[in-house]
Amino acid sequence: MNTTIDKIQQSAKSELESASSVDEVKSISIKVLGRKGLITQFLRNISALPESERPTAGKRANQAKKNIEVLVDETIRKLETVSTAPDDLIDVSLPGRPSFAGKLHPITQVTDSICDIFTRMGFEIVEGPEIESDYYNFEALNFPKNHPARDMQDTFFVSDEVVLRTHTSPTQPRVMEKQQPPVRIIAPGKVYRCDSDLTHTPMFHQVEGLLVDDNISFGDLKGTLTAFVHQMFDEETGLRFRPSFFPFTEPSAEVDIRCVICRGKGCRVCSQTGWLEILGAGMVHPAVFENIGYDTDRYSGFAFGMGVERIAMLKYGIDDIRRYYENDLRFLQQF
Amino acid sequence: MKASLSWLNTYVTTTKTAEELAAALTMAGLEVEAVTDRYAYLDTVVVGRIIDINPHPNADKLNCCDVDTGDRTFPVVCGAPNARLNGLYPMALPGTHLPNGMAVRKNKIRGEISEGMLCSEGELSLGPDFSGLLALDSGLTAGTRLNIALDYSDPVFEIGLTPNRPDCLGIIGIAREVAVIEQTGLKQPEIELPESTGDITKLTSVTIESPDHCPRYAARLVKNLRVKPSPFWLQDKLLSVGSRPINNLVDITNFVMLESGQPLHAFDFDQLEERRIVVRTARDGEKFTTLDQKERTLTDETLMICDGVKPVAIGGVMGGLNSEIEDTTTNVLIESAYFSPASVRKTSKKLGLPTDASHRFERGVDPAGTLFALDRAAQLITDLGEGELVGGTIDEKHELPESPDIPLRVSSTNRVLGLDLTAGQMTTHLSGIEFDVRVHDEDTLMVKAPSFRGDVSRPADLMEEIARLSGYDNIPTTFPEIPATAVKSAKILEHRRDICRLMAGFGFTEAINYSFIRADACDHLRLPAADKRRHVVRVLNPLSEDQSVMRTSLVPGLLETVSRNLSHRANTIRMFETGRIFIGKGADQLPTEYEIVAGIWTGRRREDFWQEKNTDCDFFDLKGIVEALITGLNVSGINFTALPEASCSYYQTGHTARISAGDHHIGVIGRILPAVCDHFGIDQPVFIFELDLNTVSPLIPDYNQYVPLPKFPATSRDVTLIVDKSSETDRILNAVVQFDEPLVEDVRLFDVFEGDPIQAGRKSISFRITYRSARETLLDESVNTLHKKISDRLLAQFDADLPA
Repeated sequence: MNTTIDKIQQSAKSELESASSVDEVKSISIKVLGRKGLITQFLRNISALPESERPTAGKRANQAKKNIEVLVDETIRKLETVSTAPDDLIDVSLPGRPSFAGKLHPITQVTDSICDIFTRMGFEIVEGPEIESDYYNFEALNFPKNHPARDMQDTFFVSDEVVLRTHTSPTQPRVMEKQQPPVRIIAPGKVYRCDSDLTHTPMFHQVEGLLVDDNISFGDLKGTLTAFVHQMFDEETGLRFRPSFFPFTEPSAEVDIRCVICRGKGCRVCSQTGWLEILGAGMVHPAVFENIGYDTDRYSGFAFGMGVERIAMLKYGIDDIRRYYENDLRFLQQF
Repeated sequence: MKASLSWLNTYVTTTKTAEELAAALTMAGLEVEAVTDRYAYLDTVVVGRIIDINPHPNADKLNCCDVDTGDRTFPVVCGAPNARLNGLYPMALPGTHLPNGMAVRKNKIRGEISEGMLCSEGELSLGPDFSGLLALDSGLTAGTRLNIALDYSDPVFEIGLTPNRPDCLGIIGIAREVAVIEQTGLKQPEIELPESTGDITKLTSVTIESPDHCPRYAARLVKNLRVKPSPFWLQDKLLSVGSRPINNLVDITNFVMLESGQPLHAFDFDQLEERRIVVRTARDGEKFTTLDQKERTLTDETLMICDGVKPVAIGGVMGGLNSEIEDTTTNVLIESAYFSPASVRKTSKKLGLPTDASHRFERGVDPAGTLFALDRAAQLITDLGEGELVGGTIDEKHELPESPDIPLRVSSTNRVLGLDLTAGQMTTHLSGIEFDVRVHDEDTLMVKAPSFRGDVSRPADLMEEIARLSGYDNIPTTFPEIPATAVKSAKILEHRRDICRLMAGFGFTEAINYSFIRADACDHLRLPAADKRRHVVRVLNPLSEDQSVMRTSLVPGLLETVSRNLSHRANTIRMFETGRIFIGKGADQLPTEYEIVAGIWTGRRREDFWQEKNTDCDFFDLKGIVEALITGLNVSGINFTALPEASCSYYQTGHTARISAGDHHIGVIGRILPAVCDHFGIDQPVFIFELDLNTVSPLIPDYNQYVPLPKFPATSRDVTLIVDKSSETDRILNAVVQFDEPLVEDVRLFDVFEGDPIQAGRKSISFRITYRSARETLLDESVNTLHKKISDRLLAQFDADLPA
């Protein structure tokens, strides 16, 4: 009698082991465990056994049923996880169906990051015309006619009175003319100078900044630009402010950062100086305020300007400025 | 501006290393761009020992030597009379460039190989002696570099001067800054002139007819001059800053200019007709030949130095060939003048003739330094003993720039700089650079800048001096007190950013092209004569013809970009650009600048994929992008209508649409004419869209109002119409919308078919109309009735048939 239940259990086990599909397992399950299955039949026949053997036989049959049920569940789970037929397999290493991946020009990306840093500080973004009057590009910014300071910027002329703007600074008087302080603007855009070599293109991009209010000091200029550099590069980047000259600021400063390539040890990029010039800045020259009609006793302010190409070159390690305007996809898609 | 340490040391004592001094000068506002050593050329000149010497087989006066340089022995042919066996001499190795211009290299001298050169002191520019080899101390080791063996080093500072500091265009000016850095005194040259005979005023005269251009003109006369090479010390000074010695007279004028910043000019007095100087402007169109042997055309604004009859120099710019100093010159008039900076600049610009003199005059020389320079030159000439000074000076003067008294408020200086200095500290800084400072009241100093600092005229200029002398590093870093206001930038800027991001998301890469295009670009684009894009803004001084006008369209730039990328074997190009175009309004007016977004697609529809065959992109691929872009911007009511042939220019008729939103024309999309592509070297179909951002931007809503999601189910009915082939499908679909039936929710095209069984000249279009009510579930009969009403209206309106 024991042998009967053992046989049922063993044969169910071996059938389940050799089953190759969920359906097969299910039919085995019905054959063994179903209402008319082998176990049920065995239990029905239990009355034929001597009375003393019946409780043990019943117990064993129920135990066998439980064992087989567990085995059926396990087998089904196993078969479900390896359900793919061999001829239905795919080579997952093949390339996916491609989508085009568009990239923003590195100059746009860097301009946006610069503007984002300053808008977080409360600066408003403005833009001005790229073809400018001599007045806004020079005169209003304290570059008198026939002054050598004009040589600092090789100018493209449209006529005696109209130029391609040589810097984004004309946005300063344009904005100040229309409002009283406080003024807090950032002005990105294209600028033009007639110069073309490894480090110059006739068109390039600048971002101008201007802040005018009561009690603005040179110390504030240092603080603002330090905060900018730390966000643009990193907190460890050292800065150096050194005296310089721009007609529309006084005192004027060139701002150098510790070379981001060699960290100040000296390399080709920083011409062995350990410093990289990235910004021109200064306190707004009172002559500029006088041209606008601001009260020079009350207001002070600072202005700064930076070349986007230069910053992008440092950030991405680009060695030839002309790459920006060749628009070679092999270049543009790297960013 | 170059300054050698040795020259600086004649006026100021230094204790810092060259590197420290360079850093300090930079931080004082004189940016040292490089520090070089003027004796760097001695790096390849070594101590050589003659270990063998034999007469040259083919030349009487030459010897063939073997020269030991420690690690190698070189064969050298040498003609010096003092070459001795075992003697030590300077040996210039092949590759050496000597200051006199000679390049030493391996060559054959009368058939014998010579590698390198044994040198005299003169050949090495270390002394005046050319007579024989420089015999070196026998204790030296062969192979030692000569600059180390003889301790030759002279750092040269190359300073990038800003235009406001003409005072540092003379080495004394730089020495003055060094003296402040080193906290020591400045020793200016003292001038004592010998007793002289004669009276210059009896021999010549100076008449200034244009005092606006030339407020001061001083002159001295030297007689019986012997023009010959300068003594070594003078040549050496000039060489130390890279200036080539010429002859004693020219060298002296150059020396004085480099020392003081005041340019001088020497005229051959015997060439001056009537032996006098007249300073006047030229006649318009007058011709004059300058020292460089070029004929120049003058204007009535060109200041000329003339003799009694004719011009002899362009004032402050360059002398004339007709009064040049020759070897035979004996009597010389030396000029030292103050010319108006603006006048010199105008002339030098107009003639395209920048010179060392014009560079200094246009930035402003010291108006009080005229006589110092003149006397310094006179002193040097007499010191050399090569000429006799005529007694007296001519000094014609008119109104000269004068330093004003500048009131400097201590409190506002501290406020602007963010410093906390006392009046005493400010006084110390300013006095240190020779500014005259007096206490005016408790908070005010009265300051007068020295005459050589013409750039200082107002309090801000003084604040800058105080800031740089205190050291920018010592100004504490603070942050402006900014009120917490939220600022919003112009919408168009945000919209441009959105567009860039959407286009990149659609898989288009951004290009930035130059704003300049070729002058004939409008012709290449076949723009009609009346097209406003013909009103180009021309650049007067372009770098090249390819960049001579400002663009009136982004299309030429994008086509060039495509062409360039195709040449790099890219087969599919999807790019976009946002940027300005410039429509001219006349020469002296600012043009109108429009902001344009343009996209370009050429090549394949998809990236190649191993599983499927690829196809070429077409009009509808790019149109889909425009539709997605417009949807992304939430602009509604957009439609595309065929662009009339007359407006197509560079686009292909029948493959080009005008893009409108409501009543606004916002752009164009189409296929570029193959002939235009051909011009750019492109031989595959190219599709472009152009959108006018200035028109689109105001149509972009700040936000869309929410429409609740429907509560009741929709039902839909299809309709197929047979219409004329030329009918614009969009108009038919729009008509359904315009019937303004409230239950019509959506109209969607799903099929267009031409050909059998549809008769020729007709096409079938099929679309699905979705009906929905916001209030109830629609009954079939009411939808059928409405659908029939709509179909019937369409049949009538568009001369359509139902399918057979």
